[in-house]
Amino acid sequence: MKIGNSIMALMVALPFVVSAPNVMAATAEGVVLDSVHIDSGDTPSLQRGAALFVNYCLSCHGAAYMRYERLAYDLDIPMETLAEDFMFTTDKPGDLMKTAMTEDDAKEWFGVAPPDLTLVSRVRNNEWLYTYLRAFYLDENSPNGWNNSLFENVAMPHVLYELQGAQTLVGHVETDEGAAVETSAHQNIVGDTIFEIQKVGKNSPEEFDMAMRDLVNFLSYLAEPAQLQRRSIGIWVLAWLAVLFVVSFLLKKEYWRDIH
Amino acid sequence: MSNFMEWVDRRFPATKVWNEHLAEYWTPKNFNFWYYFGSLAMLVLVIQIVTGIFLTMHYKPDASLAFASVEYIMRDVPWGWLMRYLHSTGASAFFVIVYLHMFRGLIYGSSREPRELVWLIGCVIFVTLMAEAFMGYLLPWGNMSYWGAQVIISLFDVIPYLGPILTEWIRGDFVVSDATLNRFFAFHVIALPLVLCALVFLHIVALHKVGSNNPDGIEIKDNKDENGKPLDGIAFHPYYTVKDLVGVVVFFMVYLGVVFFWPDGSGVLLEKDNFAPANSLQTPPDIVPLWYFTPFYSILRASTSDFLLILTVITGVAAVATFFIDTKRSNKISAFICYALLAVGLSIFDAKFWGVVMMGSAIVVLFLLPWLDKSPVKSIRYRSMPFKIAVGIFVIAFISLGYLGMHPVSELSTIQAQLCTILYFSFFALMPFYTAWGKTKPVPTRLT
Ligand code: HEC
Ligand code: HEM
Repeated sequence: MKIGNSIMALMVALPFVVSAPNVMAATAEGVVLDSVHIDSGDTPSLQRGAALFVNYCLSCHGAAYMRYERLAYDLDIPMETLAEDFMFTTDKPGDLMKTAMTEDDAKEWFGVAPPDLTLVSRVRNNEWLYTYLRAFYLDENSPNGWNNSLFENVAMPHVLYELQGAQTLVGHVETDEGAAVETSAHQNIVGDTIFEIQKVGKNSPEEFDMAMRDLVNFLSYLAEPAQLQRRSIGIWVLAWLAVLFVVSFLLKKEYWRDIH
Repeated sequence: MSNFMEWVDRRFPATKVWNEHLAEYWTPKNFNFWYYFGSLAMLVLVIQIVTGIFLTMHYKPDASLAFASVEYIMRDVPWGWLMRYLHSTGASAFFVIVYLHMFRGLIYGSSREPRELVWLIGCVIFVTLMAEAFMGYLLPWGNMSYWGAQVIISLFDVIPYLGPILTEWIRGDFVVSDATLNRFFAFHVIALPLVLCALVFLHIVALHKVGSNNPDGIEIKDNKDENGKPLDGIAFHPYYTVKDLVGVVVFFMVYLGVVFFWPDGSGVLLEKDNFAPANSLQTPPDIVPLWYFTPFYSILRASTSDFLLILTVITGVAAVATFFIDTKRSNKISAFICYALLAVGLSIFDAKFWGVVMMGSAIVVLFLLPWLDKSPVKSIRYRSMPFKIAVGIFVIAFISLGYLGMHPVSELSTIQAQLCTILYFSFFALMPFYTAWGKTKPVPTRLT
């Protein structure tokens, strides 16, 4: 048994020892992302996120694996509201959330087709999305006037301009410890990038961050609608297994009483 | 009831089979933790087949529909998400279980006389399972499915002359395409599962012929009572059926815990790039197979021209060393010729070729285990120190290879992988020596 334990300990410890230098290298060259606390149980947040998505994103990006109906069902959106505020007039509730833009048009306008966003939160991750959506800035050298500090030379314009306003790139936060950065009221830090606010939008910076949290919350839901049920079912399943464990354990003890 | 059983028994050996394999199948009474994994492997095989049947009802094996059909299962099919997560998590659970099951065989000497066939059939199961998992991974037609298959299939290109013909034959096309998807589907849902079930049946038949080994590594059949029942044996049913039941419940807690709370394993169980549909124009930044293949993938990637140089030197030294080992002259000469040929081969063929050969050999050596192990005792409990140390190093090397294979290569990680590759093969190559070396503990005559 002792040998077993030491082998186990070795098994757990070693890969980290062997590979510690690699791990450090990986984070050193990695990009800095802002963390975001999303909550799939926060239905009002999901509703606001869904509204943002439909109003600002669906014109270019599809969510072509998702049905409108499911939104109404999962996010407590009444059917009339769904039809009025969320769907194109020609759509039926059972339809997939496809974009109106054809791929050929998109390619002509942007050079690349905007990717489908149904699963984007699972391909990237929520922190990436949260940082990306807040990192657009004015750039004269870009064909559409916008760039993004996380996704350089992105073909997507800053579609949330009216909400966030406009900002320009100042530089990067020193990542070395001790070099705390002074930020004025006119500055905004996203990831490790400092922006100068040029024009205030409809939202204050805090409001815009909250709105982006809602949008990311929605994108995360969109990527896996089942997460709404999966955790709550999971708790019951594990609780039931715990009971079963006690029963099976006692049964085994009873049978094995006379085996020595 | 008894009338009914009599009726059946006159026509079919129901009671006979029940007794021979359960109620009067004598099993060592000292099974420990490591002995749960055989029955758990059977359980997971059943789970994979049942959930797989439900997935097949909605999945579309067509390159233009496959990806969307999986999302359809995840969203529109009632409980489809559960079937899919049970199946995807089940695949990983299967490998966790089989690796632990094989490790048990290693530390208790279960592969040795008289259980060589149990082990060999097990090795064939392992290879089949890898093929099953590899082909299944293409089916969701995500970008990692596509590129993973592309990379692994084109490995066969390195085979001289036959390679390109062979890869085209496997794919049914010049690249991974709809044709490949269709044939992989056929293999994954019917051909290989049938083979697996047949092999598991043979595995159990072979095991029940010789009886289980146990953590003491001694034969319970050596001590029988006057009726021929082993003194340290207990009936499989009900003793081990109730005990395995506890194991099953604990397994389900872990497995369903992952299914319900961590189904993507943060990119380890379901890879991020596989949530984007297959795209032949967009290679994922790092093409990484699922974790259970990464130890072997690391060995593949470890093969660089520098590494071959080192291996050439090692084989050269081994060739010369054969003259100093005291065995028959004919043995020496044939060993020398083998090493010399290997050294020549290492300098003729390129690193890519040897990478594939090494990866294949890493699996083939498993088959040889029963004959490499020369220890006078079976169980690690009574073995000499050198064996225990070797097992420790092997476990570390294997896990490290797996870890390294999940990450992009760097100069440092390549050297680490090469070191671990040497350790991996040394474990087997030197086994005849270190298992015979050192003092073993006295083995008891009865189970402890
Ligand atoms: C005017 C059309 C347009 C609108 C509206 C639009 N996008 Fe985009 N988006 C694009 C284009 C084009 C790209 C591709 C960028 C590239 O590859 O350079 C893109 C890329 C993206 C990406 C990166 C995908 C990836 O993984 O590479 C995300 C995330 C994204 N958009 C989110 C959104 C969200 C959220 C909205 C709504 C707030 C939105 N987009 C609105 C055109 C648009
Ligand atoms: C589908 C996969 C497999 C299934 C369902 C399976 C099933 C089983 C079962 C039920 C047992 C008896 C219970 C136990 O000892 O835990 C067993 C024993 C054994 N298996 Fe497997 N097995 C599988 C794969 C393998 C593999 C891959 C190997 C090795 C390469 C292997 C080697 C052995 C050995 C050596 C024993 C005898 C162990 C002993 O008596 O100590 N098995 N297997």
